[in-house]
Amino acid sequence: MSAATLPSPLLSARNITKRFGGRIACHNVNFDLWPGEVLGIVGESGSGKTTLLNCLAGRLTPDAGSVIYETASAGTVDIHRLSEARRRLLTRTEWGFVNQDAREGLRMGVSAGANIGERLMAVGARHYGEIRGSAADWLARVEIDADRLDDRPTTFSGGMRQRLQIARNLVSGPRLVFMDEPTGGLDVSVQARILDLLRGLVERLHLSAVLVTHDLGVARLLTHRLMVMQGGAVIEEGLTDQVLDDPQHAYTQMLVASILPV
Amino acid sequence: MSHPEKSCEDPTMPPALRVSGLSKSFVVHAHGDLALPVLHDVSLAVSPGECLALVGPSGAGKSTLLRSLYGNYRADAGSIRVRQDDAWTELVGAEPRTVLDVRHRTMGFVSQFLRVIPRVAAVDVVAEPLLRRGVEATEASHRAEFLLGMLGIPARLWALPPATFSGGEQQRINIARSLIVDYPILLLDEPTASLDAANRDGVVELICQRRDAGAAVVGIFHDTGVRDAVATRIHEVLPPASPAGAPPCVAKPS
Repeated sequence: MSAATLPSPLLSARNITKRFGGRIACHNVNFDLWPGEVLGIVGESGSGKTTLLNCLAGRLTPDAGSVIYETASAGTVDIHRLSEARRRLLTRTEWGFVNQDAREGLRMGVSAGANIGERLMAVGARHYGEIRGSAADWLARVEIDADRLDDRPTTFSGGMRQRLQIARNLVSGPRLVFMDEPTGGLDVSVQARILDLLRGLVERLHLSAVLVTHDLGVARLLTHRLMVMQGGAVIEEGLTDQVLDDPQHAYTQMLVASILPV
Repeated sequence: MSHPEKSCEDPTMPPALRVSGLSKSFVVHAHGDLALPVLHDVSLAVSPGECLALVGPSGAGKSTLLRSLYGNYRADAGSIRVRQDDAWTELVGAEPRTVLDVRHRTMGFVSQFLRVIPRVAAVDVVAEPLLRRGVEATEASHRAEFLLGMLGIPARLWALPPATFSGGEQQRINIARSLIVDYPILLLDEPTASLDAANRDGVVELICQRRDAGAAVVGIFHDTGVRDAVATRIHEVLPPASPAGAPPCVAKPS
C-alpha cells in the first residue's frame, strides 16, 4: 500500500481542548483514526481520557478544536458544527457507544429483544419478523440464550448486560464505535469473555473504534495504536506493542512498570 | 540515504531487508534518566533465500536488534528498509499503520514466548493471520490443523486455549501462527529454545523450507546444531561497550 492509495482518515481530532471551570480536562489533542483501526486511549483516572472520548463522540462540546468525520455518503462533517438533529441521526446510524455501565447504554424497562430491535428501527427497519430474527441472531453472537429474548435486562447479570449493550450497538452495522472501559467493574472471567467477543467482532466486522481503558492488558489485546494521556495532554503515542514494550515517557514507563505480574 | 554499503550481499539478488546506521538505547526515567546504549551503527542486509544468524554474548543486543527490525522497539537513528511492492518502505519513524501493513503482508516474527489470549482455541490462534488476510474460515482451520500436526501438537489439544499448555507446546503454537502465512521476511527469536530434539528437528525443517522457498530469515539460535542447519551467514552483534573491530558479517564456517 503506497501512501497515495491509502484511504482518508475516518475521524480526525484537531486541537481538542476542554475545560471544566478553571481546570483543563483535555488539552490540544490531535490524531487521525484510519478505517479498520482500533485506537486505545490509556491513562490513570482523571487524565482526561473519558472527557476526550465524549468530545469525540459529540456528547460534550469542546471549548476549542474540531472533530472531523468522514460520513458514509455525505462527505466530511465537523461533528460540533452539525445541528443537534443531524448529529443525533449520525450517531444513531453510523456510530455506536459502549458505556462502562451497561445501564446507561440500555433501556432497562424494555426486553432484550426490544433493546436490539430499537437500534434497527432507528436505521429504518420496519419488518417485525426480521427485526426479531436479527435480535435473536445477535443474542446468539454475544452468547446469550435465545430464550432470554423477551426478558428485561434488569434480570441479567452484569456481564450479560454488557454483552447485550454490545449487541445493541453493533446490530445496526456502525462504522465507528466508541468504548468507555467496556470491561471495567466486571469479574475477570466475565471480562475475558467480553474481551474475546469484542476482539472477534472488531476483526470480523472490520470495525474502527476508539477505546478508553486504564487496563493496559485490555489495550494490548484490543488496540492497534495507543495514546497515553496525563493531566489532559497526550504525552506519548504509537503502535500498541511498541508503546507497551519500549515506553519512552517517564509516565508511560511508570504505568507499564506498575502492572502486576500474574 | 547514501550510507556506504558494508555488507556481503549477493549482487545478483537485491536484499529483502536492508539496515544501516541503526542505533538504539533505552532511557530509564525512574533511575535518573539512566541511558543504556545497546545498538550502535548496525548495518546489515538480507536477501531472499538467506538466513542470517545473529550471534554474540548474552546482553549484546541480539533481541533488541530483532525487535527493532519488527518495529516493536523504536530506533533512535538509522534506517530499516523493507522490500515491499518492488519498492523500499522505511520503518524508522514510520506511521504505525505503515508498520502494521508491513507486518501484515511482509514480515513475520516468532517471539520466544506465546502471548496467550484468554478463551481462544489453539487452532484459532494459529488460523488468525489467515482469517485476517481474508482466507475462508474452514480453509484457514484446515491449514492451521495441518501445521499443528506437522509440529507434533496432538489433535486433542487443538480445540483448547493454549494457556495451560507446556512451554514447548506454546512455543510451537507460536511458530505455527507465524509460519502459517508465507511472509517474505521472517524474524525468529530463539524459535527452538524450549523444544525437545524431535520437535526441534520439525521446526528446523520448516525454517529451512521457508528459507529455500525464498524467505529472507534473520534469527537468534543459541543451539549451534540448529544454527548450523538453518543459517547461511553469521552476523556478529557486539556488546555496546566493546570497540567496533569485527567486520559486520563474516562467512559462515562450514
